[in-house]
Amino acid sequence: MGWIGDTVDSVKSIQIRQLLTQAVSLGMIVTSALIIWKALMCITGSESPVVVVLSGSMEPGFKRGDILFLHMSKDPIRTGEIVVFNVDGREIPIVHRVIKVHERQDTGEVDVLTKGDNNYGDDRLLYAQGQLWLQRHHIMGRAVGFLPYVGWVTIIMTEKPIIKYILIGALGLLVITSKD
Amino acid sequence: MHSFGYRANALLTFGLTILALMCAIASFSDNFNFPSPSAEIQIVRFNGFKKKPHGNDECAQVSLIMNITADLQSLFTWNTKQLFIFVAAEYETPQNSLNQVSLWDAIIPAKEHAKFWIQTKNKYRFVDQGSNLQGKDFNLTLHWHVMPKTGKMFADKLVMSGFRIPEEHR
Repeated sequence: MGWIGDTVDSVKSIQIRQLLTQAVSLGMIVTSALIIWKALMCITGSESPVVVVLSGSMEPGFKRGDILFLHMSKDPIRTGEIVVFNVDGREIPIVHRVIKVHERQDTGEVDVLTKGDNNYGDDRLLYAQGQLWLQRHHIMGRAVGFLPYVGWVTIIMTEKPIIKYILIGALGLLVITSKD
Repeated sequence: MHSFGYRANALLTFGLTILALMCAIASFSDNFNFPSPSAEIQIVRFNGFKKKPHGNDECAQVSLIMNITADLQSLFTWNTKQLFIFVAAEYETPQNSLNQVSLWDAIIPAKEHAKFWIQTKNKYRFVDQGSNLQGKDFNLTLHWHVMPKTGKMFADKLVMSGFRIPEEHR
């Protein structure tokens, strides 16, 4: 019976080592992704450096599923810039173009009005009740770069969670079964 | 080592890397385009003021007709999806050091349409935030934003100064 115990032991030890290395490499992947994201946040100065376009209000320039790279610099906001802003009481940030800017003489504060290129009217209907202008603190960043289609990955994953779980499961299975 | 999974993974990674590289190169190639756009805007006439109380902006809004002539063909490169152009009035008031009010905009989808002439009313309301605009000097600025197929977005403008809103009501 001794040899059975030996083999069981050896199998066990191998499994534990493999499991450990796999856990470590998985951890490396997760942490490096986090590092890249946080570094991007530092460089761009925007709390979400990359956003996915969710609506067709900027068509034909930006379609649903396109990706925008944001940058938030100290430069003043001017008309024509495409900004991403948050409205109080709305969770999802909106990507629209600035059509009016009024900059105060004394304080330098700005009042901004936006509009989607594909929308008929300006965004006052989207703002909070009674809000006529956006201020600086509503704006999360301005779009500087563009990448088509890539955002579909996240749209599909958020709208069809099953696919997300299947994907995660398949990847996990791959990690577990793979041997160096 | 040469399992299906590994090969699929390698192929996918390679493909994505090449795609990303091609996008980066396409975007970078825009830097070698040195455009020389030209444009001119004339105000044909002012159609007077309309009194229209609206929330806080309880002041007269200006209505005008303008002629826009532009040749923006040189802005198009192979990485250009479209051009977004707009005309903004820019002026100073005692309250605000800068006011930019977009009056008209358009999307130019292709190079063939980038040389144009148009006579148009102001598409958006020309109204200030508080003060009346009678007798105000202002600039008209033609802005263009180049929206790429992929990569970095470019923007620039041409300023035309010396416009004045007439004093009296009609």
